[in-house]
Amino acid sequence: MKAASMNAHPSLAIGEPIDTLAAISPAAIEPAAIESDAMVRFEGISKIYPSYRGKPGVNALQDIGFAIARGSVTGVIGRSGAGKSSLVRLINGLEKPTTGRVIVDGRDISALAGRELRLAQRSIGMIFQHFNLLSSRTAADNIALPLEIAGWAKADIKARVAELLALVGIADKHDRYPSELSGGQKQRVGIARALATRPSVLLSDEATSALDPQTTRAILDLLANINRELGVTIVLITHEMSVVRQLAKEVVVLDAGHVVESGHVADIFTHPRHPITQSFLAEVIGDSLPVSLASRIVPEPSAGGQAVIRVQVRGAGAGDTLVARLARELGLDVSLLSARIDEIGGQHVGSLTLGIPLGISGGEDAVTRTLARLSQYQFPAERLGYVA
Amino acid sequence: MSPELINLIIQATGESLYMVGIAALVGTAFGLPLGVFLATSRKGELYAAPVINRVLGAVVNATRSTPFIILVVAIIPFTRLVAGTSIGSTAAIVPLTIASAPFIARLVEAAIREVDGGLIETASSFGASPIQIVLKVLIPEALPGLLLALTLAVVSLLGYSAMVGAVGGGGLGDLGIRYGYQRFMPEMMLAVVVVLIALVQLVQSAGDYLARRVNCRLRHR
Repeated sequence: MKAASMNAHPSLAIGEPIDTLAAISPAAIEPAAIESDAMVRFEGISKIYPSYRGKPGVNALQDIGFAIARGSVTGVIGRSGAGKSSLVRLINGLEKPTTGRVIVDGRDISALAGRELRLAQRSIGMIFQHFNLLSSRTAADNIALPLEIAGWAKADIKARVAELLALVGIADKHDRYPSELSGGQKQRVGIARALATRPSVLLSDEATSALDPQTTRAILDLLANINRELGVTIVLITHEMSVVRQLAKEVVVLDAGHVVESGHVADIFTHPRHPITQSFLAEVIGDSLPVSLASRIVPEPSAGGQAVIRVQVRGAGAGDTLVARLARELGLDVSLLSARIDEIGGQHVGSLTLGIPLGISGGEDAVTRTLARLSQYQFPAERLGYVA
Repeated sequence: MSPELINLIIQATGESLYMVGIAALVGTAFGLPLGVFLATSRKGELYAAPVINRVLGAVVNATRSTPFIILVVAIIPFTRLVAGTSIGSTAAIVPLTIASAPFIARLVEAAIREVDGGLIETASSFGASPIQIVLKVLIPEALPGLLLALTLAVVSLLGYSAMVGAVGGGGLGDLGIRYGYQRFMPEMMLAVVVVLIALVQLVQSAGDYLARRVNCRLRHR
C-alpha cells in the first residue's frame, strides 16, 4: 500500500518517510532546525576511532560545527586522511559521532537506530568513487534495488527505473551489466540508484575521482542539472579543487579533522587564509613560473634589464586591463612575462608576472612607482628578482 | 564381466548418489546459513557477534579436523537416534552430513567474504536491513563462488562416501573394497574407479558450467 501511494503522489514521496518518522518519535524533531534553512547541520561533532588491536586511536574529526543550506551544492575538500569520508558518513548515519549531533532535514540522524534509521536513510542518496554496482544485476535492476528494499510494488519500480534511466541519459543501457558499461555510464547508474527513492540530499564520495577529465566534466554537469531541476541538496567530498570549482557554490576546507575555512567558493578562493586552502588554489592556478623564465631570474638588477614582479589577481574582472593601465598611467613599457588566470565562482583568480624596465643605469625608480600603484589598486604584489 | 556384477555396480552407484545427494542437500541447508553467519559476525560486521563467531568457528574446526572414518564410528549412537539404525546407506547419510556442513560453511564463508565490502556499505546507505543485504546483495554477488564451493563439497562427499562401507553403508567404495580387494577381482576395482572418475568429472563440469552461467562479470569481456 505504502509503495503505491509513494508513486501516486510523487511530490509527497520525499516527505513521506519523514512523516512516518515523526509519528514514531516526535522527540527526534528539532524545532530550531526546522525553522532554519539548513538541510544538514553539524553541532559540536567529534569522531574518535578507538585504538584496536594495538593500532592507536584516531581523532578523525574535532569541533565540527557548520550548516549546509537547503538546495545548495557544497564541496568538502581536504587531503586524504583529513576526515572527509567520516564527515559525509555522519550525514547518512553510516557512522555515529563520538560527541555532538547531526541534524538532517530537521531530524537528529545521529540519534536514530534500526528501523527508524533505515527509513531516514531512504531520503539520503549516496554515490561512490568506485560506483559500487552489483555485478549480478543489470543497470535497471541496480537502480531498482533501493526501491525493492523500500518495498515498492513491481509496476511502480518499473516505471520509476525507466524515468531514472532517462534522467541520467542512459535509457539504452537498461539491460546491460556493469561489466559492459564504461566508468561514466556506471556512475550514471550509481546516480540514478541514489536518486531512486527521491532523496532530499545526495552525498557524493569522490564520485569522479576514478574518471577521466572529460567524463568527470559530464558527470559534474549532470549533478549540477539534478541540483537545479530537482532541488536536491548535494554534498560532495573531494580532494580535487577542479571539482569544487566546477560544481560547488559553498566550500568547507577540512584539514586534520578540523574545518579550517568555510564559505562561498568565490570568497574562500579569492582570499584563501589557511595554507591548505592556498595549496588547493595553487593546483588550479599554479604558482610556479615557466622554466625558461625562472632560470633567468637573478637577485641583482642589471642596466637595461627588467624587474620581475608577480601580481595576485582576485575578483570579478580583476586584472583585465591591469597591464594597459599600468603602462598608460606610469608611462612604462610594462611587459607580460607570464600569466595564469582562472575563474572560480564567477571571480577571477590568478597571477600575472610582469617585467618592469629598469633605467639605462639600472635604477629602481620605475619599480618603486609600479609597486606603489599596485598597492593603491589593492593588488598584492611581490618582487621575484631581475632578468637581463 | 557378468550381468550380476554389472547389476552390483549399478546398485552401488545408486547408493552412492543417494547418500551424496541427500548429504549435500542437508549439509547445504545447515552449511549455507552457518557460512553466511561466520562471514558476517566478526567485530563491526553486519551481524556482529564476535564471541559466538569464535565459538562456532572452533566447533567447525574441531569437526573438520576429526578424520572422517573416526567421525563415522564416534557418532554411531547419534546416528542410531536420527536414522533408527547405524548400518546401511540411510544411516551413512548422518555422518556424511555432519562432515559436510562445516566444510560447506567454510567454503560459503570464503565466497561471501570475496564480495566487495563497498557493496554492503552501499546497501546500508539506502536503508537495507541486514537480512536484505544478505539475500539481495551478498548471496547473489557470491553466487558463482557458492556454486563452485558446492561442487567441491559434492566431489569431497563422493570420496567420503567410499569410507562408509566400514559401517555397512554400501556404495561404490564398499563394492571396490569387498569385491575388488577382498575377493581379488581387479576388474571390479577398475570398474568402480572408472565410475567414480566419471561421476566427479560430471559433477565438476556441471558446477563449472553453472558458475560461468551466473557470472555476469564475465559478460562481453
